[in-house]
Amino acid sequence: MTDLIKALEAEDRGFPDLAPGDSVRVHLRIVEGNRERIQVFHGIIIRLRRGGNNANFTVRRIASHGIGVERTFLLRSPRVEKIEVVRHAKVRRAQLYYMRQRQGKSARLKERRV
Amino acid sequence: MKGIIGKKVGMTQIFNDDGQVVPVTVIQAGPCYVTQIRTAEQDGYMAVQLGFEEVPSRKNGDPRLNKPKRGHLKRNGLDLPDLRYLREFRVKEIDVEEGQKLTADVFEPGERVDIVGTSKGRGFAGTIKRHNFNRGPKTHGQSDRERAPGSIGATSTPGRVFKGMRMAGRMGGERVTVQNLEVVVVDAEKNLLAVRGSVPGARGGILLVKKTRKQRQYKA
Repeated sequence: MTDLIKALEAEDRGFPDLAPGDSVRVHLRIVEGNRERIQVFHGIIIRLRRGGNNANFTVRRIASHGIGVERTFLLRSPRVEKIEVVRHAKVRRAQLYYMRQRQGKSARLKERRV
Repeated sequence: MKGIIGKKVGMTQIFNDDGQVVPVTVIQAGPCYVTQIRTAEQDGYMAVQLGFEEVPSRKNGDPRLNKPKRGHLKRNGLDLPDLRYLREFRVKEIDVEEGQKLTADVFEPGERVDIVGTSKGRGFAGTIKRHNFNRGPKTHGQSDRERAPGSIGATSTPGRVFKGMRMAGRMGGERVTVQNLEVVVVDAEKNLLAVRGSVPGARGGILLVKKTRKQRQYKA
């Protein structure tokens, strides 16, 4: 039965493997009227959910004045143009919600080299 | 003939051409065979009887359907496979022949359909779940009134409870029609339909998909 659902779902976009703690640059296709442009959202992945067409991930970044901004993207959305992984980090849990309580120096993650 | 029998597969979401997410129910629709045609002269009404889901024979070669059912499918010249479900669709004009095969492509994307299914059984349900009553207060000295139905009528006048008073009882497991659902995907090869929104019943439930009764036909 689930195979029948998979038949209708979008294909894997071939993005690099993502993991919580990764610093990523998400290139988003933005449609304004009939113009299209690419916007980049840069931050770290604090949450990653699998599951076919529902697969999504949340990226957190610190915008101006130290305000945290989180955005959730659908992994298979055609609006996501490209994802670049800038850096991996050593993290010990799957959801990094604790990053919301951190700022400045304590909000750093140790790099994991692969 | 705009109608087909299907099976609910489940829900998912898909992306449309604008990149927007559309919530859809996936239906395994057909292939169906026209098993009988009901005419006004012979039966007093006009309808097309469709059969759905071929049932393979048992390992020892015996068919799974009983003789009356097989006889119905293999009567005078008709040689249809064993079909598990037979359902009738009332029609205004007959545009199919007995034995004809119908696939999901009787519908096209953008079309509106009505879907009939059997809702999930809820067992013996109270008034809050069954009739959307309000709950009682949790505090202010209340005890055991949280989900009670409240008064069901006055006292000696009329001295009885009116007929049709909404009370607790069996809920669900009944025929439900959802009207005016948009067909989003038609895949005749894999016999799949996807309609926007939800559809009555559990996964694996039998559904009737028909052209909508709502007059207005929207364009995709």
